[in-house]
Amino acid sequence: MITLQDYLVLGAILFCVGVAGIFLNRKNVIVLLMSIELMLLAANMNFVAFSYFLGNAAGQVFVFFILTVAAAESAIGLAILVVLFRNRRSINVEDIDTLKG
Amino acid sequence: MTFELFIFYLFAAVLVFAALRVVTVRNPVHAVLFLVLAFFSSAALWLLLEAEFLALVLVLVYVGAVMVLFLFVVMMLDINVAVLREGFTRYLPVGLLVGLAIVAEMGLVLVRYFVLPPGSAPKPVGPDFSNTRMLGDLLYTHYVYPFEIAAAILLVAIVAAIALTLRRRPGTKHQDPAAQIAVRRRDRVRLVRMDAEKKPE
Repeated sequence: MITLQDYLVLGAILFCVGVAGIFLNRKNVIVLLMSIELMLLAANMNFVAFSYFLGNAAGQVFVFFILTVAAAESAIGLAILVVLFRNRRSINVEDIDTLKG
Repeated sequence: MTFELFIFYLFAAVLVFAALRVVTVRNPVHAVLFLVLAFFSSAALWLLLEAEFLALVLVLVYVGAVMVLFLFVVMMLDINVAVLREGFTRYLPVGLLVGLAIVAEMGLVLVRYFVLPPGSAPKPVGPDFSNTRMLGDLLYTHYVYPFEIAAAILLVAIVAAIALTLRRRPGTKHQDPAAQIAVRRRDRVRLVRMDAEKKPE
């Protein structure tokens, strides 16, 4: 029988992979965006699991909104990335230091 | 071990493997493809949780639109991967340490305090139950204002993405319909009065 903890631990592992990905790939903006997607997926996994095991459909509605916001976020993020690459010819995070005092 | 449990562990293993590959693989294109695999296996897990609509939306919208957008951008940009990878081994211990610490902390909390009482497992719904209908009933009644806000967010995202990447390059030729419509006959046609030519002798 699959229990709630199984899903929650899976979500925790997924979230930590996302966090570790931000540490490992701190120069590549694209992989940073993908790590954020992983963390959002972990949150969604928890929402769906709670929705199922507690019998409350509000969790699924919330996942719907998270998907919306995540799609908007990645679209704008990638647009910024394209503009950045057009101007700087690089997506290295260390090159983005124009605002440094 | 029931068949359901086997399915769960199979897809969970694939999901964790794909997630690990997303953050460790060298080529960003491969990372996007592994992320697609991760989304597919979590869609399968959501099907186990009877969230059919969300599972299909995840595949259609996320894999079909967002991941294709990622793939498009990754392939469009000419990235020097070697430069971006150079700090990887240096940050590996820190990343592993932080990741394992968070897993351990979350595991301790989750395993002890999120135990549902036995026998409270949800009963499977009947074959005529529609998950999509239930979500639609909720979305268009209780959650109609958040739903409209979500629509506004998507609209803002469209406008922002277009406005950010639009550029007017000098030297490109394009039409100006307003100027084309506003043109008068006298701007284009000039009637010239002149004598007819004589027939050569």
